[in-house]
Amino acid sequence: MAETVTEEEVTDEAAIEAPPERYGFPLTSSRGQDVIHPPRDQWKAAAEALFEDNWTMLVDITAVDYLNYGAGRALPAPVKPERFEVVANFVRFDTGARIRMRTQVPESDPRIESLYATFPGSDYQERETFDMFGIEFVGHPDLSRILMPENWVGYPLRKDFAQGVIPVQFKSPNQPRDRSSREGRS
Amino acid sequence: MTITPDETVTDPPRALRTPEPAGGQLHRLPRLNSVLRMSEVQAAELADQPLEDENDQTMLVNMGPSHPSTHGVLRLMLEMDGEIVRRSKPIIGYLHTGMEKTGESLTYLQGGTNVTRMDYASPLFNELVFSLATEQLLDVEIPPRATWIRMLMCEMNRIASHLLFMATNGMDLGAVSMMIYGWREREQVLRFFEKVSGLRMNHNYIRPGGVAADLPDGWRDDVLFLMDMLPPRLEEYDILMTGQPIWRERLQGVGVLSPEEALALSVTGPVLRSTGIARDIRKDEPYLAYDEVDFDVLVGSYGDSYDCYAIRLNEIRESIRIVRQIVENMPKGDYRVQDTKVTPPPRTRIDESMEALIHHFKIFTEGFKVPEGEVYVAVESPRGELGCYLVSDGSAVPYRMHIRAPSLVNLQCLPHKMADGLVADAVASISSVDPIMGEVDR
Repeated sequence: MAETVTEEEVTDEAAIEAPPERYGFPLTSSRGQDVIHPPRDQWKAAAEALFEDNWTMLVDITAVDYLNYGAGRALPAPVKPERFEVVANFVRFDTGARIRMRTQVPESDPRIESLYATFPGSDYQERETFDMFGIEFVGHPDLSRILMPENWVGYPLRKDFAQGVIPVQFKSPNQPRDRSSREGRS
Repeated sequence: MTITPDETVTDPPRALRTPEPAGGQLHRLPRLNSVLRMSEVQAAELADQPLEDENDQTMLVNMGPSHPSTHGVLRLMLEMDGEIVRRSKPIIGYLHTGMEKTGESLTYLQGGTNVTRMDYASPLFNELVFSLATEQLLDVEIPPRATWIRMLMCEMNRIASHLLFMATNGMDLGAVSMMIYGWREREQVLRFFEKVSGLRMNHNYIRPGGVAADLPDGWRDDVLFLMDMLPPRLEEYDILMTGQPIWRERLQGVGVLSPEEALALSVTGPVLRSTGIARDIRKDEPYLAYDEVDFDVLVGSYGDSYDCYAIRLNEIRESIRIVRQIVENMPKGDYRVQDTKVTPPPRTRIDESMEALIHHFKIFTEGFKVPEGEVYVAVESPRGELGCYLVSDGSAVPYRMHIRAPSLVNLQCLPHKMADGLVADAVASISSVDPIMGEVDR
């Protein structure tokens, strides 16, 4: 334990090296909050395990684009950092406990299983994540854009999406916009 | 990774009113097929198809985005069978301004001005959740007076927000005088906010490290005046609406949501409590100093629009109770943390000290650096669980700022609430969910 304590002090991230696991997945603690890191192909299985263990509600699902993240990623040993990370927060009402699931999604194949069958409340937020990051949730019944127009090109919350370069965005609703002209202007 | 496309969950056709139990929580949604899954292109294609059976016809009707009872720019695609709503699809995004993207280019000190514009009916809660998340990353402890000022302002904001609900709910259902009363009382609360923060709305008053300014002289009298004024007015609302047969007829049994459905659909706030589940983050996971004040969590029994109304009305009373306790117990001391890394120097010091001037300049131009890490913080906003997921890379701007908007998630229950009801009752259902479109679209 002494080793882990010193490491906490050095990295300030409470990344505990030793065996901590929960539901068979590596467990870390971020600012006192429990985080499990299931591999991508077990994302849905992990959510089902939480459902079986009476976690009441999936409160939040989102993603982060770590394209130009300057700092260290502080992931547990077996997890290989990728560009995208999908994050889901769960809560249980009996104890008020919370747990977070984070999984790595590579840029080359931005796909992950949908949690819709287990937690139907993930519907809109999975659509939003798809809309904003282009991560495809396989198994979602209606994976379409939710906030951006249906014919929008690009994924706004990706770090390589140029900010504020299109003055008017709703001119020709029936044609996909010309990508090259936008890049030319930026 | 192997993901096969045949795992896709498809919604059963409308003819099947009881879908197959599909494992997980889907089987808890008996009205799952009330969700319309159709893009506008598909809807347009349907219009060209020939009539097959005269007796099996439904009509797609568009409601909104500019409709007085859609609370802004909510648009609904309704599948109507005569005057009965069968399936529906909320279409959102008309107010989307990319606030999460904007948040990635504003410092932690500027971030408050951004998030406060999301849920414009309860801006202080947005500032609070952003500040709490930043403080958790910074690992600073804020002084007790700042905590209690935050609590006071948030409870006042809850009152203002619920009064706004009273007003719009009354307006949607034809009780137009209620609209005027609701706005009138809310304005009084906003006047107090203006006195404290300088602005009626979008205050940027709660900031990382504390609050922007101490409460003004005589705040106690202003608060107590409001707290004495409101209860008789709430009695008036009771006379005007709660006991009225027309009002009850209009709301009771309309837009019923079962607790199983609410949990499966991640519904939070008064809508979840109306189904009988006593879930309130203030009670279950006390933040600020909510464990030191005495209040009750109100629950309904039927999950209908009337319960949503009654819970919000009585939550105003609970908030008044909390505010009275805060007025009594308001501690003395600093209104912000005296950590020079986070807090600008006092105004008077700037005139006499060059260092203080530089410090002030640096903190407002460059901001303060926040240690790397990620954190999720949730508070109970008037609409439900308001969460903030912050990722810091050690610089002065958040690497990612995500707001878990209760209005967006609660909107998922709308097709379930409206299914097989009249279109006039659909208005009551929308109103009882009380979505704020600024927060839905961000």
